[in-house]
Amino acid sequence: MHCLITVQQGRFDLAAEEAALRAVAGDAGALVVFQGMVRGHDAATPLAALFLEHYPGVTEAEIGRIADDAATRWPISAVRVVHRVGSLAPGEQIVLVLVASAHRKAAFAAAEYLMDYLKTEAPFWKREDFADGSSRWVDAKASDSAAAASWGG
Amino acid sequence: MSIRILYFGRLKDALGRGEETLDWAGGDSAALLAALRGRGDDWAEALSAGKVFRLVVNQQVVRGEVPIPDGAEVGILPPVTGG
Repeated sequence: MHCLITVQQGRFDLAAEEAALRAVAGDAGALVVFQGMVRGHDAATPLAALFLEHYPGVTEAEIGRIADDAATRWPISAVRVVHRVGSLAPGEQIVLVLVASAHRKAAFAAAEYLMDYLKTEAPFWKREDFADGSSRWVDAKASDSAAAASWGG
Repeated sequence: MSIRILYFGRLKDALGRGEETLDWAGGDSAALLAALRGRGDDWAEALSAGKVFRLVVNQQVVRGEVPIPDGAEVGILPPVTGG
């Protein structure tokens, strides 16, 4: 399986990432694209920016481990993950997951698995910086942990 | 022995530092957390059981109690919120 993981501040180019994945994906009949964006109105006060921190080196390695796990569960041929860090305004892209497989069901399932584990295992921390100048670190969600646990050990 | 500790996310704010070098008698990961919690009520609260998700020793995510080697880099991770 081809696997490429990047944590970066800048935007990603969806078309370029898709073309790069297709070049290494072999005879793939399915390519699932998930792109996450920053929501602006989760709280009563509007969000000015979402700030993300990670653990350089460790975060990339953990995502790689999660991708390897996915490859043992489904026949996937290529995975691309880009996760952004730093200060991101509402509406901006935050995460990209691409999964290629011979078959649709494997690609869908592996992409969802990757997202569930990105949210519950990969060392990222989000802080909400609000328009009124206040800020707070985001609490981990029990619903995310339950989603990840639903895949079984 | 001497180790380098890195704090992330809300721990950085709660403890007022992103990293420190600690001269320490040595021991395992549980002993290290106990020593840090013993610094005072604010440390005990910030590093209480549900608030420490995982430790990273020399760039390896560890589960359970592990020895901390001399010179180690130890990352203390609060619950993660990526994706």
